[in-house]
Amino acid sequence: MTVLCLVELDGGGPADASLRAVTLARSLGDTSVRTVVFADSAQVPADALAGYGVTDVYVVEPDLLDGYAPQAWARVLAGLASETGATAVLAAGTERGNEVLAHLGAMTGLPMAANCTLVTPDGGQTHRLVRHRWAGLLLEDAVMEAPVALFTVATDSVANVSAALLSEGTPPGPPLPSSIEVHVHKPELAEDDLRVRAVESPAGAGGVSLATARVVVGGGRGVGGPDGFAPLEELAGLLGGVVGVSRVVTSEGWRPHKQQVGQTGTKITPELYLACGISGAIQHIAGCSGAKHIIAINTDPGAPILTHADYAVIGDLHQVIPALVQALRAR
Amino acid sequence: MTDTQPRTASAVIIGAGIVGNSLVHHLALLGWRDLVLVDKGPMPNPGGSTGHASNFIFPIEYSKMMFELTTDSTAQYKELGVFTQSGGIEVARTPERMIELRRRCSQAKAWGIPAEVITPAEVNKLVPYLDETVILGGGYFPTVGVVDSLRAGTLMREAAQQSGALTVLAGTEVLGITVSDGRVRGVTTSAGEIETDNVVICCGVWSPRIARMAGARLALTPVVHQMISVGPIALFADTPGEISYPIVRDVDTNMYERQHGGDMEVGSYAHRPIVVPPDEIPSIEESVLSPTELPFTQDDFDPQLAEALELMPELLGDERAGIRYAINGLISMTPDGHPLLGEMPEAKGLWAAAASWIKEGPGCGRAVAELMSGLVTTVDVHEADAARFYPHQQTVAHVRGRAREGFNKMYGIVHPNEQWESGRPVRVSPVYDRERELGAVFYETAGWERPFWYAANEHLLARYAGRLMDRPAEWESRWWSPIINAEHLAMRDACALVDLSAFAVLEISGPGALTAVQTLSVAQLNVAVGRVVYTSWLDDNGGFRADLTVMRLAPDRFRVVTGGATGRSDAKWIRDHLPPDAFLADLTSAWTTIGLWGPRARDVLAAVTEDDVSHQGFAFGTCREIEIGGAVVLASRISYVGELGWELHAPIEQGARLWDTLWAAGQPLGLIPAGIGVYGTTGRLEKGYRAFGAELTPDYTVVEAGMTRPKVKEQPFIGKEAYLRQRAEPPVAVMCTLTVDSHEGASGMPRYMLGGEPILSLAGERLVDAKGRPSYVTSAGSGPSVGKHLLMAYLPAAEAVEGHALLVEYMGEQYPVTVARASATPLFDPANDRIRS
Amino acid sequence: MEILVCVKRVPTVGGKITVTPDGQDVDTRMSGFSISPHEECAVEEAVQITERMGGTASVLTLGPEVAIEQLRDALALGAGRAVLLETDGREFGPIATASAIAAEVKTHGYDLVLLGNEAADTGDYQVGIRLAHELGWPVATGIKNLTVTQDGVVARREYRGVEEAYSLRLPAVVTVKEGINLPRYPSLPGRLRAKRAAVERSAPDWAAEGLRKQALRVPAASKHQATVLGHGADAVPDLVRVLDELGVLS
Repeated sequence: MTVLCLVELDGGGPADASLRAVTLARSLGDTSVRTVVFADSAQVPADALAGYGVTDVYVVEPDLLDGYAPQAWARVLAGLASETGATAVLAAGTERGNEVLAHLGAMTGLPMAANCTLVTPDGGQTHRLVRHRWAGLLLEDAVMEAPVALFTVATDSVANVSAALLSEGTPPGPPLPSSIEVHVHKPELAEDDLRVRAVESPAGAGGVSLATARVVVGGGRGVGGPDGFAPLEELAGLLGGVVGVSRVVTSEGWRPHKQQVGQTGTKITPELYLACGISGAIQHIAGCSGAKHIIAINTDPGAPILTHADYAVIGDLHQVIPALVQALRAR
Repeated sequence: MTDTQPRTASAVIIGAGIVGNSLVHHLALLGWRDLVLVDKGPMPNPGGSTGHASNFIFPIEYSKMMFELTTDSTAQYKELGVFTQSGGIEVARTPERMIELRRRCSQAKAWGIPAEVITPAEVNKLVPYLDETVILGGGYFPTVGVVDSLRAGTLMREAAQQSGALTVLAGTEVLGITVSDGRVRGVTTSAGEIETDNVVICCGVWSPRIARMAGARLALTPVVHQMISVGPIALFADTPGEISYPIVRDVDTNMYERQHGGDMEVGSYAHRPIVVPPDEIPSIEESVLSPTELPFTQDDFDPQLAEALELMPELLGDERAGIRYAINGLISMTPDGHPLLGEMPEAKGLWAAAASWIKEGPGCGRAVAELMSGLVTTVDVHEADAARFYPHQQTVAHVRGRAREGFNKMYGIVHPNEQWESGRPVRVSPVYDRERELGAVFYETAGWERPFWYAANEHLLARYAGRLMDRPAEWESRWWSPIINAEHLAMRDACALVDLSAFAVLEISGPGALTAVQTLSVAQLNVAVGRVVYTSWLDDNGGFRADLTVMRLAPDRFRVVTGGATGRSDAKWIRDHLPPDAFLADLTSAWTTIGLWGPRARDVLAAVTEDDVSHQGFAFGTCREIEIGGAVVLASRISYVGELGWELHAPIEQGARLWDTLWAAGQPLGLIPAGIGVYGTTGRLEKGYRAFGAELTPDYTVVEAGMTRPKVKEQPFIGKEAYLRQRAEPPVAVMCTLTVDSHEGASGMPRYMLGGEPILSLAGERLVDAKGRPSYVTSAGSGPSVGKHLLMAYLPAAEAVEGHALLVEYMGEQYPVTVARASATPLFDPANDRIRS
Repeated sequence: MEILVCVKRVPTVGGKITVTPDGQDVDTRMSGFSISPHEECAVEEAVQITERMGGTASVLTLGPEVAIEQLRDALALGAGRAVLLETDGREFGPIATASAIAAEVKTHGYDLVLLGNEAADTGDYQVGIRLAHELGWPVATGIKNLTVTQDGVVARREYRGVEEAYSLRLPAVVTVKEGINLPRYPSLPGRLRAKRAAVERSAPDWAAEGLRKQALRVPAASKHQATVLGHGADAVPDLVRVLDELGVLS
């Protein structure tokens, strides 16, 4: 069977989130995973995708569809799904992935399940799946009945595993395809499909963004007020990172929303997240659970964040952070 | 912040709110070491009621104890540097409230609280954003202030830690309390076991749950109290600090408004009572803010929004000021509104310090620390005794029923005689049905239904017309009837039956029984079998602890008879001082007591018994079994109303028969039923009999109360040393009975005081004795036989001269009074001829 | 400018979600409820637009009768009209939800429909888009900045470090994200007005969809507890060591 997967590019290669989606696509069974990439052919990372067991790449080049237009992208997927007889269409659960698949569902009348972590074909037109609710703090077991299953893949809970590793696993995964075929695809688009398209420009402030920072120093209610962030800024600077905040901080107006880490803010995926004076409300955890390592600094040894953190210092951040800064400067 | 859990402790204090923090501080100051403070939440704010409290303190209270606890707490807050004075105003929207404010300000004067009634314009000057057209006036209390209770608690806790006396375990949950052989043995927490002899429950709304772990009941329930915070308030943007305007209590709407920085905090006690069972309080994890800051139920607050807007239209009506904080806050309520302080009856070493407001918190901490250290408390907290409630009063049904009934009365006008309605009747005497048929108006004491007067006696009003001292003014006529005075006169003319089933009857027996009662009592108890002794019980300071009678029924058996209201506390006091070979039995539910008094009482009794009840045959102050109409009755010849007569004790199931027998015999002799209005007030005031809790309190000595006997017994008793010292010195104050010379006020209607009013010099100044105790009316009531309204009060020794003229202030007006007695010599029948006839 | 804002009633949760014993719903016995966070900002945005340009911001919710509480919240902020699409409490999927809203839009006539990008609880990310398709209107989603004129909107958001701007002619559907503005708090007069306002009602039909919920569950409880390095500033040396081991100290 054939499964179609939208692959986004990031820094020249396939986006990590898209590779996770491809991994899940491969897990659906004896499938031929075909991907769709919107880029110049020369930029298509075919080898990388081959390493993940992809059999085909359909490329839509800029001269036919330049830049991002969600409905147009969805139309492309619709055409290819139909052409290839795909039984499922997937994308990463990124903003674009969710958006494009939602358009696909709307234009075809098919249901779409967002942020899935596990999908299992169950015969005929049925797929059993597990998906996120509350940004992953609750799981939904669901059943999808549809001629073509549409779903996006949660960006942080499905591992991205190369096909080679998969095939060596226990039980061994499907064998690596022998080759990958790249097709330059010419889509048929409706007029309305290009009605909404993105005009891109570099984002405002340069420098490290919260979403991509390697180190994030977080401040919550424990900081106490807008004037309490100086030590955190200093620490972030020393560690080459940025400051993030919890929702309490932004709704009090202490810091702008673009610094907010959380379900309705930014989901961060740093090497290290230092959560200071943050209790760990679930919608905040939703935003930082992708961090590789979490260290909590809190006066409360029972704060929920400690069940998600690797290390903790029990104490007042107003004492600990300056002391830490001093120690780092002394090195 | 959090230390390692030790294996043993001198005391484990559960709950780090304002009370727990104050308690550990005071224990450390009193020399305790190896203390452990446990809380499942974090420091400094573990998430209890202290964390979101509105933190303001009005010094004026309905109860003297609460006033004193508040005064002590305020002093402690000031010492900690967390008190900011703002002033406070209770505004009146109704004429009834204006009357109450006048009464309240006079009461404030009695206790030395600055207070004055002010006009709407004057209110507006102090609080410019308050619409003066909405109010009729206000009561201004300039010493009102706000505190930072979290900071205060933190400072107190840290002081104890720094002195090395205290280990703090935050984020640690108490899972069990071990009790065996009637003693506390230890505590189990999420971090292991701690062996200890003392556990103190200071966890506010969670307290009943924790108490259950020790097999105890705590009469407290969490209830919701809504509050919102509105801001930014334009006017407050430039004011310095936390508060620059007086706090407003909009008492007629059950609301308050206080500035808090740039916001106006608006709180309400007006919504429907919402009880939250302790087991339904969310955990810290489940809570968005904290376990005691529950989600706001908007519908319940909407009527209050309108009222607040009406009072402060521009300030709160500003569209740019938003409701930026709104909670259903949780607070603790008890059936009588007083805290729970002291050792619990269920186990030795199990203590409670719960149901306190911020304004009494530090004072409650001190009081319990003193109790735990075996000291007499600085503030008399017997009204908050954790052991005061009877089992039925500790039931969830009763506690919640009273809390619901009391909630909307938080700022209510509370009459001193006001009666609760919920959960009644619970304890009824064997003659309850007879009393109902006689139209008894029942008041409740300790759950007992007691007739205060009988509607059936209405026909007496005509007989005694002109001597009834009727009360035309609404306030003092409330919860009162001139029938009481008619019953009194009829009793003194003939005789009366009084149902005294509410007495607590406690029997001490065993080889050590005599030692037990000797140790407890001032009076000599090694008397002949069949003697009845009226005695006081003292505390170690020589202050009054109880006032009751003891009958020696056998060489090793003594029956203590005390008031129902203090029965539970008195029983615990006895148990705590019993030698190993003495035993206590509570026989309250086994015996009923019916009083028969008046000049014809002997005639009535003689008609129903063949036993010798003549004066020679049955001396005053003795008791013996007699036969009355087929029942064996223990008759005790004493009198709290100053008349010839007996208390008749019968097994409870025979009480109705006893009543009926006496009733039938008494009809031709003019026997009437008389209620507690006579027994508790008119009768005793005329005789100058002091009552425990009113005249007899730990704050005054036996000498000052005028109750010394010529000799002090040789045997040791509690308080003896102090008592001997007190006898060696002249009293600083003297208990006096005063008569009101004129009741004419400005309104032209005669006014009658009810108690609590300040006694002033003729120049209108407060009288305060050398120990700083102010003079105020401890008891007030009609003296129909002497034709005067009577007041009892402690006066500074220099003022305690018979014939001395003074003033009493009531409802803002002053009335002339005269010192009629400066000793215990009665006004009526001073030689006690009637009693001894 | 006639704007419709669609909001959803969701429980406010603290540090822990629990599921009812039958495994079908979130246990809301201890929760309060609010408008889902992105939508709070949508309401604020709509009110700001109508304050600037005139017209009415209508607020709509699909939910049970108690969801009127959320409509009143929005009215208290300045919305001028409230519509309840009343359900019997059953969960409506995104397709049925979009249809129900589309019916209201077609009846009343709006220039702009605002929604939250996704609801805090179900997180379907698709109601706004399905609605737009059913209406035949353009749609932009995840918007953090909105400029509105009489003929159209410019909707902006940021994606992987790039700013995207979308120009849409009206009528249009836009889904917004928290951060587009800082919502105001309701004033007292606002709340009292909201209390008195009428709520229009209709009752859309529930229909089963291809995606059907079977159960909800909390992910395996993290028995994990952080390793405590120490207390207060005393823990700093150990903290520095850990930072070094994690490779964040260059």
